[in-house]
Amino acid sequence: MSNVTVPADESGQAWDIEAQASLSHTALARLLRRPSFLVAAFIVVLMIVIAAVPQAFAGWFGHGDPRACDLVNSAIGPSSGHPFGFDKQGCDVYANVIYGTRDSISIGLLASMFGLVMAVVLGSVSGYYLGVVDAIVSRLSDVFFGFPFLLGALVLLTAFRAHNVWTVSLAIALFTWPTLTRLMRASMLTAKEHDYVLAARSLGASDWRLIRRHLLPNAIAPVIVISALGVGAVIAAEATLTFLGVGLQQPAISWGLQLSDAQSDFQVYPHLLIFPALFLSLTVLAFIVLGDALEDVLDPRRNDD
Amino acid sequence: MGRYLLGRIGQLALVFIGVTLLIYLAVFVLPGDPIRNLAGHQQLPPDTIAAIRQHYHLDESFWQQYGRYILGVLHGDFGTDFYGESVWDLMKAGWPVTLRLASMAWVFEIVLGVGFGVVSALRRGKLSDHTLLLLSVSVISIPAFVAAFAVQLLLGVKAGIFPIAGNEDGWPMSYILPALVLAAFGAASVSRLTRSTMIRSLQADYIRTAVAKGLPRRRIVVRHALRNSLIPVLTFVAIDLGYLLGGTVVVEGVFNLPGVGQLLFTSIRQQQGSVVVGVATALVMIFLLLNLIVDVLYGLLDPRIRVV
Repeated sequence: MSNVTVPADESGQAWDIEAQASLSHTALARLLRRPSFLVAAFIVVLMIVIAAVPQAFAGWFGHGDPRACDLVNSAIGPSSGHPFGFDKQGCDVYANVIYGTRDSISIGLLASMFGLVMAVVLGSVSGYYLGVVDAIVSRLSDVFFGFPFLLGALVLLTAFRAHNVWTVSLAIALFTWPTLTRLMRASMLTAKEHDYVLAARSLGASDWRLIRRHLLPNAIAPVIVISALGVGAVIAAEATLTFLGVGLQQPAISWGLQLSDAQSDFQVYPHLLIFPALFLSLTVLAFIVLGDALEDVLDPRRNDD
Repeated sequence: MGRYLLGRIGQLALVFIGVTLLIYLAVFVLPGDPIRNLAGHQQLPPDTIAAIRQHYHLDESFWQQYGRYILGVLHGDFGTDFYGESVWDLMKAGWPVTLRLASMAWVFEIVLGVGFGVVSALRRGKLSDHTLLLLSVSVISIPAFVAAFAVQLLLGVKAGIFPIAGNEDGWPMSYILPALVLAAFGAASVSRLTRSTMIRSLQADYIRTAVAKGLPRRRIVVRHALRNSLIPVLTFVAIDLGYLLGGTVVVEGVFNLPGVGQLLFTSIRQQQGSVVVGVATALVMIFLLLNLIVDVLYGLLDPRIRVV
């Protein structure tokens, strides 16, 4: 008996893996056919590399030190060796924009990661156990839904003493987790209905094992996609909060701070505004296009393009 | 309907308590001694400290203080600024400006969003569709304050059509640019939403029937397709009004419109924490109230929602 079932089992598994491989293969092929995806992916990768090693890029044209400033150069426009010009303090705008990538990308990724972890933990626990835990988590997410995103993060950051990458990410994540948690809970509820869950339970699998081995792998995909979609929005939110004065603060180097400084002078020196704005918008755009493409390809029901 | 309304109000009360508790916790329980801040470098005698603590009810338990705060909020007491002026009085003059700006932006959002969405759906796959899609994605990627600078520079300074900032030209000239910037994000989302729901309803059987009956195209698009695809758009737009109010902090700040958002904007820069919290609390309250109104209207319009 067991001799018969084992090969069948094996072949079944092999078929499964093959089907899965071909599915992800076609998804990848469809992604690669989209020029917008390729461009967006290139920009995202480039920005992440710049964020990781800004010193490799900052010195391409001039001295490459964002903190080496000379007031003699105050607000001089683009010139040879300094393609983006100088800011009011006489610092090289190009070097500053390059170094500003680091904090924006870090906050984008960190805040999305925080939100994702919170959503996966709370969403799966409340979807699995339901009852009291679920009620508490749901009411808690109602409370955070009660804030318009910007205002909530603003109040929280006003109260924070430290304004660094970590606290800003945390403040942003605190207002993004409810959406993700609801999504996670919903897909957990769907995953729970499958027969193999019942089978595993009747074999005596513990709650923890059920969640970890059987439910999470099947329920986690939508949440990951949606939080990847949100990275661009998080970066824009960080810049806005920093611009308002509750996000990152001097002496941090960030696009939001550079734009905030440009506010009073951009009518005379538009280069102070244009270059950080360009980098910021391009990064947000790239993340949004990337997320859109992923969502389109992974969700076969969406075919309106 | 009565039960639905009661349940919904009960839920709102719960959220209200949670929201105010969170704000209260964030601001009043974090480290830092208000009395030391008040005293500056002076050394206050312990008796004075005790008297001040009593005067501001700082000697009471956390829950008593929180209760006082929540009662105050319900009576329109959102605290005072450094000089003892009540935050509500500071806000009073700003509300007409903010409401005017937000409602103008709302109209822009609906008209532009639905208009572009319909055009895009009808010309699906053509150049104008691609252009509009690209435009909407770019608008979504540009943060409002950057967009505000850009239109100030292009339409204000260079073209000179609109005032760059301030409220001197009054309504509507001074409000058009800020309202456009405030509306842009929502309009882009509305247009994408309208496009996809329009495309879906254009493929529906009743549209084929209408075409087969020989109805004029205009009538098919407006009466049959658009009407049915507006429901999700309506939901989005209704909830977005509250977000527009929150967004005024950026737009009024940049365009220097003397509204509630600008008050918030300047108090952040002057580090007037108590004003920031007071104004934000008021805006959050309005946001909650608006959501309640939307839900109740939904209950009235759609009987299915009441049952749940």
